Amino acid sequence: MDSALLIHRLHFAFTATFHYLFPQLTMGLALLIVVLKTIGLRRNDPFYHQAARFWGKIFGINFVLGVVTGIPMEFQFGTNWSVFSRFSGGVIGQTLGMEGMFAFFLESAFLGLFLYGEKRLSPRAHWLSAVAVFVGSWLSGYFIIATDAFMQFPVGYFRATDGSLQLASFWDFVLNRWALWQYAHNMSGAAITGAFIMTAVGAFYLLSGKWIEYGRIFVTVGVIAGAMFSILQVFPTGDRQGQMVTDYQPVTLAAMEGLFHGQIAAPLVLMGQPNVQQGKIDNPLAVPGVLSMLTFRRWSAHVRGLDAFPTEDWPGNIPLLYYSYHIMVGLGTLFIVVMVVALLLLWRGKLFNARWMLWILMLCAPFPYIANTAGWLTAELGRQPWLIYGLMRTEDGYSKSVSAGNGMFTLLGFMGMYTALGILFLFLVRREIENGPLELEPALEAHSTTEAR
Amino acid sequence: MGSLWFWIVGVMVTLYVVLDGFDLGAGVIYLIAGKTSEERRRILRTIGPVWDGNEVWLLAAGATLYFAFPQLYASSFSGFYLPLMMVLWLLMLRAVGIEFRAHIENSIWQEFFDVLFSGSSILLCVFFGAALGNVVRGVPLDATGYFFEPLWTNFKLGPHPGILDWYTVLIGVLALVTLAAHGSHYVALKTDGELGRRAQGFALLAWPLQFFLTCTSLLATYFIRPDVMANYGRHKIGLLVPIVVFSSLAVMLWATPKSKETTAFMASSLYITGMLVGAAFALYPVVLPARDHQYDLTIENTSAGIHGLQVGLVWWTMGAVLALGYFTYVYRMFRGKVQAGEGHY
Repeated sequence: MDSALLIHRLHFAFTATFHYLFPQLTMGLALLIVVLKTIGLRRNDPFYHQAARFWGKIFGINFVLGVVTGIPMEFQFGTNWSVFSRFSGGVIGQTLGMEGMFAFFLESAFLGLFLYGEKRLSPRAHWLSAVAVFVGSWLSGYFIIATDAFMQFPVGYFRATDGSLQLASFWDFVLNRWALWQYAHNMSGAAITGAFIMTAVGAFYLLSGKWIEYGRIFVTVGVIAGAMFSILQVFPTGDRQGQMVTDYQPVTLAAMEGLFHGQIAAPLVLMGQPNVQQGKIDNPLAVPGVLSMLTFRRWSAHVRGLDAFPTEDWPGNIPLLYYSYHIMVGLGTLFIVVMVVALLLLWRGKLFNARWMLWILMLCAPFPYIANTAGWLTAELGRQPWLIYGLMRTEDGYSKSVSAGNGMFTLLGFMGMYTALGILFLFLVRREIENGPLELEPALEAHSTTEAR
Repeated sequence: MGSLWFWIVGVMVTLYVVLDGFDLGAGVIYLIAGKTSEERRRILRTIGPVWDGNEVWLLAAGATLYFAFPQLYASSFSGFYLPLMMVLWLLMLRAVGIEFRAHIENSIWQEFFDVLFSGSSILLCVFFGAALGNVVRGVPLDATGYFFEPLWTNFKLGPHPGILDWYTVLIGVLALVTLAAHGSHYVALKTDGELGRRAQGFALLAWPLQFFLTCTSLLATYFIRPDVMANYGRHKIGLLVPIVVFSSLAVMLWATPKSKETTAFMASSLYITGMLVGAAFALYPVVLPARDHQYDLTIENTSAGIHGLQVGLVWWTMGAVLALGYFTYVYRMFRGKVQAGEGHY
């Protein structure tokens, strides 16, 4: 592999992976904070308002990290992937532009009001500011997914005379069916992160016997949301996403599943190590026929293997793609089991005293991050060797004018910067969890102005 | 259609510089204007609820540039690779400096974030000025439509200039002084007492320097690129630009000592607008001049397809109306002077 290509790919992959650790919690928590605020408003329950304030503080820290690590993403389209930008900017510039105009302004304007304006706003207006932050962050998610969906499944474009892609149909492009399912799947994944984090903090409080009231609220809201979204994550969103890969990226499906040879009644490989050299799975643990059933709804259906496609169209890193996909699916299954059991215990009124389950809920905190990351790796590695599926290969899209040396310089810079930011984030969030909800003043205020209200 | 988008992007960049300019400027004078921790917190609280929204204009302008002129976005972002990455790092450090300072009540912690915030603000002003200088001076584009500029070469304006040469450094210093003054006007407007007076003093102190640098940089620009005057010769309306620039300087000189803070701040905003519009007016219809003019990037050879631009006009207008609505609302919510006392930051 050309070393400049490798550097530019690593550059984007590293910054994107690190970045997405934050927005997934932002989007998940934004939804749950709206839930807390709504219950607080309807029942007039100060505990729920206080709970929303507590999560608002963590949300605020998380949001800052999301913003500062997100700016480089937009820049890198131009800095590191300029040939790609020149080729496709006439189309995907639409969604990236709309994200700025519709999502970022909304989020940034109302976040300040939500975090620091509670005293000057009526309860309903404050609730509205929480809703605005939620809408802004979820809109932002849609525009990014629609951009990615164009790279996975390009629609709504035409080729101009200079060879570049230009917009042909706005609605075809924005309502790309790939984007709709990918969005549902991705947002459900973000809600899972939010729910698991809220549950884990609640479980920690219950286990340590501090802030019991809040612990119960967090665990209740978190487990209900967690169970709901864990199921939605697999069905229908994950299933439909898989269907689209089957239909439009069959070579990706074969690589994800580790199916080297096409066959009828294709098995679902649960575990095993792909051996690309010999074209087989080592130490397989497989269930016959299940892959055929999942993809074509027939036990005996024929599924095409990697051997049906020319090698130059195979995803470049089959083992990593295979593992990412299997980790995602494995963790997704685990989430359903954990959350459904917790929900049953909650329903029977036993969860708050079931220490073993609270321990599990607390220790599950990192897993949604891993699953979401693995999911994105599956999507993006699965798209290889294409940058825009069928239209532009990855090796053709990076900035030829930026040398590998300059790319490595900034990659190392980002690694150092993000290490420091990550440590800072953990340190500050740990402090907030340690301080707990009671330490908060009712409604922090950023400003006191001279005018009488 | 392309020309319309040229001016839309121009307006967005100008709004960015005027809005984020005052919080960058507040950062420039932060360490010397805020003598105590309380005063520093008060400066942060003047910009606290708005700086993030102001910075969104940079992102939105960048994204709109990408949408309307993909070829320009591709060439300029990859060509300015190193300084842009440094701008990103500085933006990160600055955001962290503002937002995380207040999380821990400890003087060592806070001093660290104070320096982080102010240092990154100062460097950002210089970088943005130097970037503007590069665009006016022209870059070493070739037939491929791409270029790559090192940070510096020999500080001269040869065929292979660096990001920093004597001209772009001059514009960088002008930007630093201009935004320091702009931030001082803003802090004077939003605070009272000792702090407000001190900020007013900085604004007065900056004025002669700003006046001198404005004249010098205009002369230098004419000296390195006499053709910048061509559009002014063709379209007499361009003569409004120097009138606006110098009369707003005069208003600043008049209003500042009289403590007419709103007038002074508005004049400073108008000055920035005049300078940026003047630069855009001189460049039009070139969007990024090449050192060798046959490779100039123009509106025509960089803009996106006509259908996309028409569709974009619909959503851009809706988005801009909404954004102006939010800004009006937020600025109204946090209007008035910021008092000493408890609060976030």
